[in-house]
Amino acid sequence: MLEVQHLSKTYGSGEAAVRVVDDLTFTVKEGEFVCIVGPSGCGKTTLLKMISGLMPATSGEASFDGELIAGVPETLALVFQEYTRSLLPWLTVSENIALPIKKKHKREDCERLTREALHAVGLDSFSDHYPWQLSGGMQQRVAIARALAYHPKVLLMDEPFASVDAQTRSDLEDLMLGLRAQFGITVVLVTHDIDESVYLADRVVVLGPSPTRVVEIVDINLPQPRDQITTKELHEFANLRGHVMRLIKQRVDSRNGAATLS
Amino acid sequence: MGGLTVRAMLLRMINGASLQVREPATSVAPVNAIRRVPTWALQWSAAAGTLAIVEVLSRSGVLTEHIPPPTAVIGALADAVSNLAVWSRIADTMMSWAGGLLIAITVGVPTGMLIGSSQRVYGSLRLVIEFLRPIPPIAVLPLAVLLYGSGIQMKIYLVAFSAFWIVLFQTLYGVRDVDPVARDTVRAYGLKRSDQFRRVVLPSAAFYIATGLRLAAAVGLIVTIATELIVGSSGIGYAINQERFAGNAAAMYALVVIAGLIGVAVGAGLRVLERRVLHWHSAHRKGENS
Amino acid sequence: MNRLRSLAIGLPIPVILLGLWWVLSSNSSSPYWPPLSVIAQTFGETWFSERFETDLLPSLGRFAAGFAIAVLAGVGMGLACGLMPTVRRTVDPFIDFMRSLPQPALIPILIILLGIDTTMKIFIIALSSLWPILLNTIDGIRAVEPEKAAFAKIYGLSSGQWLTKVVLPAASPQIFVGARLALAIALIMMVVSEMVASSDGLGYFILISQQTFAIPEMWSGIAMLGIIGYLVNVLFVAMENRFLAWHRGWRAASLGAPAPMPAPRRRVAIPVRRRTSTEPPSFVQPSTPTNGAN
Repeated sequence: MLEVQHLSKTYGSGEAAVRVVDDLTFTVKEGEFVCIVGPSGCGKTTLLKMISGLMPATSGEASFDGELIAGVPETLALVFQEYTRSLLPWLTVSENIALPIKKKHKREDCERLTREALHAVGLDSFSDHYPWQLSGGMQQRVAIARALAYHPKVLLMDEPFASVDAQTRSDLEDLMLGLRAQFGITVVLVTHDIDESVYLADRVVVLGPSPTRVVEIVDINLPQPRDQITTKELHEFANLRGHVMRLIKQRVDSRNGAATLS
Repeated sequence: MGGLTVRAMLLRMINGASLQVREPATSVAPVNAIRRVPTWALQWSAAAGTLAIVEVLSRSGVLTEHIPPPTAVIGALADAVSNLAVWSRIADTMMSWAGGLLIAITVGVPTGMLIGSSQRVYGSLRLVIEFLRPIPPIAVLPLAVLLYGSGIQMKIYLVAFSAFWIVLFQTLYGVRDVDPVARDTVRAYGLKRSDQFRRVVLPSAAFYIATGLRLAAAVGLIVTIATELIVGSSGIGYAINQERFAGNAAAMYALVVIAGLIGVAVGAGLRVLERRVLHWHSAHRKGENS
Repeated sequence: MNRLRSLAIGLPIPVILLGLWWVLSSNSSSPYWPPLSVIAQTFGETWFSERFETDLLPSLGRFAAGFAIAVLAGVGMGLACGLMPTVRRTVDPFIDFMRSLPQPALIPILIILLGIDTTMKIFIIALSSLWPILLNTIDGIRAVEPEKAAFAKIYGLSSGQWLTKVVLPAASPQIFVGARLALAIALIMMVVSEMVASSDGLGYFILISQQTFAIPEMWSGIAMLGIIGYLVNVLFVAMENRFLAWHRGWRAASLGAPAPMPAPRRRVAIPVRRRTSTEPPSFVQPSTPTNGAN
């Protein structure tokens, strides 16, 4: 459903040109949970902006349900890393969730969708609070609820759990797995955390350092449903995790080596 | 058309904000073209265009006679600048303004520091201050005229009175708003009280005082000119009024332009001063900003 | 409780000051400093008569109209400049000139163009107090975070929603800073315009009382102006507290105190922990460039 073909991005032109994304090709099938993982500064955010249509690619193409992405596709939602900035502090939790769907639905439907989304993330009783009255993890739940209520075909997540503490983080990871099992949504999640990517994904797209290329696409055949303790105890989990880690480490090392040699 | 462009504009803004990178020069939409026109060119052409239109309208008699052609105003401006009498009027205005401001600072800053540094004094004066703060200072103009006549002395006192409150409040707030962590830190290191004051209170209050100074300067100029208009004491405001009575529209406009230039110069001067003195402050360190 | 205590601390000094004034002026024979008792009596006689209607109400009406126009025009023009960088770049020097120009200097021009009637006064009040609002609106809009813009685009907000639900609320704290400055200027210009040319109004009344040596009347006019200034300010603060309740809470939360146990929303006021130090200056917040655009 989401196809990325030879996507590349160059900032600037002429002498000052910087190639951030070199050549990316991968696909995401309907209902799949795909994690994109790579070393920091590898252009993950740039990739996400191109897929979501916020930024045009320099060459190559991304298509969504067979249609080329030019503007922002209507059936796509994004959860940002910075929940404090992407939620609107002057609106209550339920107003935040309802805002994007207001003009698409009747009022009753809007209220129902908001209620359902809040229930799905376990914040039923917080609809009349303001976001800043909630903890960081709860705020990110609101952001996820806002995306759910929007009923996207693809949910993009940009390092969604990078700004919360470790305990909250694993709670949110399990929340995502649960939502995915319950609603069958397609998720593309960008992260720099290898454990997280292996734990969550059906497939992990491993990126190299900038200018970014796809190093390998790793199938994760860990049994569902997954669990923070038992899944991570599996021998397979350790193998996969080690494999991905090696892929990334090698690329970074070889680039750094080349840099010091030249 | 209108709705479409507004939407396009909004989208462009959303785009621009989210990208924060310049797109390659491949797209050649007209709006993108205008974005690359240097600022000075835009400003000069807009100013020249507006003035030219007013000139044509005024000369052809579409506008009232009370709006003179810009060329006539520019001519009058040249006359005014080469006229010694005008300069002495400017000097009158500036002297009352500067004198009043100086008094306000020398009295207002220490008073504000004194009141602000003691919780008890501040608490007991808070109500008085809250009541006096919003009173428009020009209200006491008639009283000032009664007490000091209508000369330069009265103007100086009135400006001093107007500016005093602003300087006082800003100093007060500055002293009260010292970062408690910084205050505790120097206390913990056992600095002397005078050093605490010099190293912590003064620097952090300085930014508030500077803001107060800018405000006081602006209000002081407003009060000076207003007094000259109302009471007729010598200065640029009175000169403007004289030209009105004489029916010299162009000369009157020229003097208003001079008054504006004085305001611009005062503002710019204070900003330079502030940047020099407060270069360490975060608002200036950011490079951008006011 | 806390309020009561601060009142108990704050009340003695004003009472003592007024008492001193009362006692010291009671035998005053100076024509300029009439006894406070006389001023108080004149105050009652003046403002509980038709003066209330002939001088006070016109002043207040012009002030309110001028200020309202300034807010609407300032925010409107600020939106235009903030959303269209090219416009802002072009008009920047013009805005700078107009805001720096000592506003009373424009009165003679406005008199010959518009006469000395109400129109002129509303116009000069609006024109004078417009600039701080305009500049602060522009600053507020420029500070809208890119994340909010990206959110609006991804979630397909309409232009109207983007304006009313994102841009304006985001800029509103800064707009209020400008409006507070504008309020002070509008009040000054109300008085000035009435003193320069008028046949009614508070400013006119104070000036004419002085010129006819009706000194207690002059004092009662000044006192009335003080009361008006105070009340207008109280009203403004109440509005600000209502509209910016979210902002206080948000700021308190982002200043990093431990997350408060959520208090449910109320329509009017949200209980919010105050900062330990005093509130920032209420006259102007120096952290936000108020009357300064570059």
